Amino acid sequence: MQEIMDWIRQPWPWYVAGPLIGLTVPLLLILGNRTFGISSSLRHVCAACIPANVSFFKYDWKKESWNLLFVSGVLLGGVVTALFLDDPNPVQVAPALLEELSGYGITDYSSLVPADVFNWPALLTLRGFILMVVGGFLVGFGTRYAGGCTSGHAIMGLSSLQWPSLVATCSFMAGGFIMANLILPIIMKL
Amino acid sequence: MSTVKDTSEKTTVNTDFETRSLDAQCVNNMEETQPSWHLVKYVLMGILFGIILVKSEVVSWFRIQEMFRLQSFHMFGVIGSAVVVGMISVLLIKKLGIKTIYGEKIVIPDKTFNKGQIYGGLLFGFGWAMTGACPGPLFAQLGSGFTVISITILSAIAGTWVYGYLRDKLPS
Repeated sequence: MQEIMDWIRQPWPWYVAGPLIGLTVPLLLILGNRTFGISSSLRHVCAACIPANVSFFKYDWKKESWNLLFVSGVLLGGVVTALFLDDPNPVQVAPALLEELSGYGITDYSSLVPADVFNWPALLTLRGFILMVVGGFLVGFGTRYAGGCTSGHAIMGLSSLQWPSLVATCSFMAGGFIMANLILPIIMKL
Repeated sequence: MSTVKDTSEKTTVNTDFETRSLDAQCVNNMEETQPSWHLVKYVLMGILFGIILVKSEVVSWFRIQEMFRLQSFHMFGVIGSAVVVGMISVLLIKKLGIKTIYGEKIVIPDKTFNKGQIYGGLLFGFGWAMTGACPGPLFAQLGSGFTVISITILSAIAGTWVYGYLRDKLPS
């Protein structure tokens, strides 16, 4: 039993995690006729809490409550992992990235999110504000403008051979490559 | 929870139809025909999904940086194999005419192209590289104890709201 737990606590390889994530697609379809997509939950929160007479938020969000329950589950999944399945070892990072990040003062590899950058006091610094607040805003604005995120477009959309999802996925990747290689080095030095 | 069933019975005007045509990929438009306790299955699926996201380090800011710098195959492997498994599953569901556990026909709405997929996609890509998380991982990061990510999530909700407000004025 202990051996199994130790195995589960290690980081999972892509060939275990990827297929399991892919299985979410048929599972949601068969158990409830739902198409996989996570960013819609942000829209449902708007519709439920602050519709403010915007037509985009005037719909019966309660019919989509499954989506909100699913994301609450994802949050709980994070709690369960942190409590019971946590890996005590530091995160392994590619040497080239390690070198680059050390130039930005990142030294803490104890958890999956760099605590040097993502913490409460950092919100009041320009770098922290841009990464957490502006970054979050772009995630919310961009996913809805694109009509989906990694789950809705890249996984669900490509799985069901929707070519607009391929366009969206290529755009996500292009945006990420531009940000990570050209703009982020400037932000990280702020 | 109990309101879910009540509303679906009370609703006479199909308001979702409009939102669905506005944004097909967002609203599933399914009537909740089952008792509301059946919705528990979505919480359970979410928990499993969250565990997978954290244990595969998909929620890691570091893994996202490696992906966008082509320094590791991990994220490409995860997304690629997820798509392959999803594709085979959808193909089997269609070919074999598999129905839901309630005997309903499985419907996958088609997505229509608009320029938002390019503009919005690029903006989301920027945000993905900055926060090191797409929407699912944001929730999992918060759950694993990064309380400050609640601010990022609130900001993402604000971004969604501003998109909804500006929607008619944006190129699409």
